[in-house]
Amino acid sequence: MQTALLEMRGITKVYPNGVVANKDVHFSLREGEIHAIAGENGAGKSTLMKIMFGMEEPSDGEIVIKGEKVKLQSPQDAIDRGIGMVHQHFMLVPSFTVAENMVLGMEPRKGVGINYAEAVRMTEETARKYNLAVNPKAKVEDLTVGMKQKVEILKALLRGAKILILDEPTAVLTPQETEELFRELKQLREQGHTIVFISHKLKEVKAICDRITIMRGGGSEGVFETRDVSEQEISRLMVGRDVVLKYDKDQMAYGKPVLTVDQLEVNDPQGKALLSKISFSVRQGQIVGIAGVEGNGQTQLIEALTGGLHGVSSSGTVQVNGTDIREADILGIRKLGVSYIPEDRMRQGSAGEASISDNLISTRYRSKDMNKGVFLNGSRIASLAASLVEEFRVRCSGPAQPIGMLSGGNMQKVVVARECSTGPQLLIAEQPTRGVDIGAAQFIHQKLLELRSENCAVLLVSADLNEILEISDTLLVMYEGQIVAYFEEPSKVSEEELGLYMLGINRQDERQTGRAINHV
Amino acid sequence: MFKVKYFEIIRTTAVILIALAIAFLIISLVSDHPVKTIGIFLLEPLNSKAHIGNVIEMAIPLMFTGLAVSLLFRANMFNLGAEGIFYFSGVVTSVLAIHLTLSGSLHPVVAILAGSIVGALLSAIPGILKAKWNANELVTSLMFNNILFGIGLYLLNYHLRDAKAFANVSYKFEKTAQLSKIFQGTRIHTGLIIVLVLIVAAHLFLYKTKWGYELRMTGVNREFARYSGMKTAKVIILVHLIAGFIAGMGGSVEVLGMYNRFQWTSLPGYGLDGALVAMLAKNNPLSVIASALFLAYIRIGADLMARLSDVPSEMISIIQAVIILLISAEQFLKFWKNRMLLKEAKNA
Repeated sequence: MQTALLEMRGITKVYPNGVVANKDVHFSLREGEIHAIAGENGAGKSTLMKIMFGMEEPSDGEIVIKGEKVKLQSPQDAIDRGIGMVHQHFMLVPSFTVAENMVLGMEPRKGVGINYAEAVRMTEETARKYNLAVNPKAKVEDLTVGMKQKVEILKALLRGAKILILDEPTAVLTPQETEELFRELKQLREQGHTIVFISHKLKEVKAICDRITIMRGGGSEGVFETRDVSEQEISRLMVGRDVVLKYDKDQMAYGKPVLTVDQLEVNDPQGKALLSKISFSVRQGQIVGIAGVEGNGQTQLIEALTGGLHGVSSSGTVQVNGTDIREADILGIRKLGVSYIPEDRMRQGSAGEASISDNLISTRYRSKDMNKGVFLNGSRIASLAASLVEEFRVRCSGPAQPIGMLSGGNMQKVVVARECSTGPQLLIAEQPTRGVDIGAAQFIHQKLLELRSENCAVLLVSADLNEILEISDTLLVMYEGQIVAYFEEPSKVSEEELGLYMLGINRQDERQTGRAINHV
Repeated sequence: MFKVKYFEIIRTTAVILIALAIAFLIISLVSDHPVKTIGIFLLEPLNSKAHIGNVIEMAIPLMFTGLAVSLLFRANMFNLGAEGIFYFSGVVTSVLAIHLTLSGSLHPVVAILAGSIVGALLSAIPGILKAKWNANELVTSLMFNNILFGIGLYLLNYHLRDAKAFANVSYKFEKTAQLSKIFQGTRIHTGLIIVLVLIVAAHLFLYKTKWGYELRMTGVNREFARYSGMKTAKVIILVHLIAGFIAGMGGSVEVLGMYNRFQWTSLPGYGLDGALVAMLAKNNPLSVIASALFLAYIRIGADLMARLSDVPSEMISIIQAVIILLISAEQFLKFWKNRMLLKEAKNA
């Protein structure tokens, strides 16, 4: 029995809003292993890591490093003890060069200025030592996501990290970049580093990790040798029951096009093209998926469809049921029967301190049946909220509970319930299952399919390849603001093939992508 | 979640008790007869009909401004313009009370409505600046307080001033303009009824109508409100109009209810007190009644203490400062809440 390099005992974390993120969690790390923490989102993985990295203080419990009890009050404490973290959202200054980012906060000095040459040298030395090639003089904003991640890893290593925490490192990577990351991680392990790998992708966990700690509902379900457990068993432990990631989709006869985008071009204020020659349509009963590495125009496209073109220079047409919506505001677009599940449920999708019931009516409180004279119809709203909470299986103490106290998955269910229950003609779903647990994700997928069978047109934008290949009827791939591929049978496309299009290595000719639009 | 729900109430009570304890401590240091002085401070305001009347008279303007500020805070607008509007609407109403000749009950109605509408329009300016150009409403509203005070004082000095009076006060109001007293032996006037009606109306508006719903959602998360299709700029302008109307009405009612000449040569301070009332009331219209009464009670207590004992009424500023400090200190009693949360989580 090896002694533990780092141990967390009886960790409990309760946030001020009452959310219990961790409950009596035990975690132990051996030197020189790659240790996965797997669990659905909202299972408490990120909180546990934040505690390990000193970003959050546990409400209860203790942390022991090499047999010594420690209190980590800030990330600096953690860094001093050789713990480094690579966040899901990179903490880099885009306008600085790689070398400048590397030395941020520990700059080598020359008089009052920064010794830039020394910074470059340090970067090169670290890069060579760990065999991670980067260009120290490149600006971070020009780097690919994979490269940025490499810089983050080097940054932690430069600060003397022996334990490296990676929070969902593959979420933003293409399959090819993921493979490269795995090679690098294995190499780091050989050099004696210990890696904590947070993920909910079981294949990856199986591929690279030595041991796995499974979390569910804020607690630990136990620690296993990865080779002793099958994917099936892991997912059962994560969800608490068997998971089928296949859906029975019956063939639908598509109806008329609901959304038609024709030759849409959008430029930013400097005249740089954000979207060019975007043409596609979404028909009744059809789910059109849009895949692509984040930052290739998906956000701008969604904005263009949800009222963001108001006062922006653009050309082409965007029509919902024949009405041009380029100049329409959000309310006007919603009145056409468009629902929208936004990517960021905290910033846009919900009002945290307001009740679940208040959050459920935000798109329909104006309607006649929600009002009685000048007043809102309280009893109608209450019964609507109660039935939606039940139908969408939102785990809460009741519709009056503030939505901010719910877990990510349940919060997302409220958002989905609101957007799906107004009888939409077109549903735009942007990363609808990001950061939610598998159980909730499945439920949301089923709701999307239900809407499809009710003849709703669905536009699904997702970075989750598994989801998009499984759910979509047709699939578009976006790269640098353009549509570069169109597939009619997404389930027959492999992730690797898709990856080539997402990276811009392959692209179809216009004759092929042109089939995406269905002229009336 | 049972206990945590009451956390805010417990916290507010604790804050008030601590502030009072500090007041007692200081009184016992300053006064030669501390027990007697504390007795005066706590009991004298409730000792006679006239004193209770004083408390309620003082609570009326506090309720107006507290309500106005509560609505603004609810929309997440940190606007402290109630102060200048309260003052300026008082001036406007005074002009009409002096120069207008109208029969009986119509006179105060016209004068008060005029003051309220002017208040609403003035308040809309920072609202529009915020909604259209995102100008910080705290800065613009505070600047407006100065501007309105300057203009008001100019009007008093050069157009309304009664040369025959011995102080810097306006001409006398017409008798028809003044609000009638509703309880004999006190100066409590019909303004009390007006403000209570307003408070109930604001409560219904905020929690039971779609406009109130828009206001609350905009306040909690403007981005969410926008995404849902609400026109948040309109909501922000609307809440400014309403709050300005209420604050303006407060100034008008105060002038006609309590005085027979306009005589404020400095800002009366009710607008800023309104922010304190709103904070104590957690921006709930109905709670404004209790928090305004509480504030009025300790103010009158301090006044009486100054008159009947050897402790000056400035005492009360210390109590107020402690209350504001502790209420706005979000970390206060956090540890206790965290412990409570932990216990509940473990029991769950």
